[in-house]
Amino acid sequence: MTAPRDLKYTKSHEWVRIDGDIATFGLTDHAQSELGDITYLELPEVGGAVTQAEPFGVVESVKAASDIYAPLDGEVVEINSTAVDAPDLVNKSPYDDAWLVKIRIADPAQASNLMDPDTYDQFAEESAH
Amino acid sequence: MGEQSQPESAAETVRKTPLHDRHVALGARMIPFAGWMMPVQYTGIKDEHQQVRTAAGLFDLGHMGQVDVTGPDALTFLQSITTNNVADLEPGGAQYSMLPTPEGGVIDDIFIYRHLEGDGYFVCINASNREKDVAWMQEQRANRSDLDVTVKDISDETGMIAIQGPKAIDIVQRLTDTDLSQTGRNHWIKATVAGIELMLARTGYTGEDGFEFYGPIERVEDLWDALMDAGKDDGLKPIGLGARDTLRLEARMPLYGNELSSEITPLEAGLGWAVKLDKGPFIGREPLVWQKEKGVPRKAVGFRLLERGGSARSHYDVEVDGRKVGFVTSGAMSPTLGENIGLALVDADVAGVGKPLDIIVRGKPVRAVQIKMPFYKRPM
Repeated sequence: MTAPRDLKYTKSHEWVRIDGDIATFGLTDHAQSELGDITYLELPEVGGAVTQAEPFGVVESVKAASDIYAPLDGEVVEINSTAVDAPDLVNKSPYDDAWLVKIRIADPAQASNLMDPDTYDQFAEESAH
Repeated sequence: MGEQSQPESAAETVRKTPLHDRHVALGARMIPFAGWMMPVQYTGIKDEHQQVRTAAGLFDLGHMGQVDVTGPDALTFLQSITTNNVADLEPGGAQYSMLPTPEGGVIDDIFIYRHLEGDGYFVCINASNREKDVAWMQEQRANRSDLDVTVKDISDETGMIAIQGPKAIDIVQRLTDTDLSQTGRNHWIKATVAGIELMLARTGYTGEDGFEFYGPIERVEDLWDALMDAGKDDGLKPIGLGARDTLRLEARMPLYGNELSSEITPLEAGLGWAVKLDKGPFIGREPLVWQKEKGVPRKAVGFRLLERGGSARSHYDVEVDGRKVGFVTSGAMSPTLGENIGLALVDADVAGVGKPLDIIVRGKPVRAVQIKMPFYKRPM
């Protein structure tokens, strides 16, 4: 699956949708495919702070536990409790139903550190080998 | 997303089994494991796990090691370096056993198959312990110049595949004239399957019925293809190491490095049934006799998590009332039960079905209760 055109990406395989001062984070299709069957999501509480390139949550698959890194700094304004209750949603719909958190962006300039879809596709393909 | 733990080192030379290209063509994710590139999963661990529980799965076990022990004193020699009673084996019989350390810990857990004829035995050992086991066996043989016995590492010429699941026997039966119903659990026969002469052992590591095949390494690809073809209408699928691990965990079969190590005795690990202290002298017997008399300080227990908080994983701490009482040896979301289960090695005084444990997951205690094992038993 090619990365959706309207999102930006991290090297740790998170995606971010920027909509005004709100950013939505999720895991990419490549990430869910590498992780395999996802069994558990641990997300921060609303009101918590997240920091770019620092872990803000945990995703577990049958295989292993992995940290999820924040693409941007900000304050958590909403978490996807549907995905927490049914973590396999991340496998089924990584870019839509299984968004993870929404944050209020602290520093819009940080977006310049993120990858565009073409760069990410190439990066994901290379990291798969 | 980033791995919290890095279990594998890819630095050393990694070997490929004869089936490597087939795994890649089947879309497997390949990982380095015990010095080999092995498939960890093809379609998904849960999916593959259920396939083995409900139909049948095929496993490439080309990484496993095999040793032939032959000569008039093979029995005496094996008795001296293993925990189970090798004398119980009739020709064609197989048994689970362990190589103990002089201190009563475990060098490896193994399967011993008595040859159909003659004085010899065939021993299957873990991939990760192959060099260590062979060196240990050679060293012990050298210490016993009074014995006429030969220890030979035959891993490089031996191919190994397993087929496991309720449909496994039917699938193999289509490829051989030998009546497989005559071969009982923990026995092996020589048979020709798909034109290939093989050792067919009714053993396995999944909790299901099935066979493990040992044969000439140059015929492994032919055997794999013939089995895949014979089983396609029964839903036979290739199974990776990921599901192999969840299958063996549900069946409460130990994994060396998790449930067993040189620092854990077989009695602590709950494998006393494979330790025959009255069989005569063997390496490590005295500390094990002593431990049996005094009582084990630690016990292997099974548990399930009572609240959401992630899965228990190997080496997580276990506490009771805020006091550390042990550690998790294996844990996973059980595909069959749909619950988080695990095995832990805990102080004997907190062990007991129904008793509580706290599993420390990322610094936070998650409530668990000890439950009966195995977690899964196949319907008879």
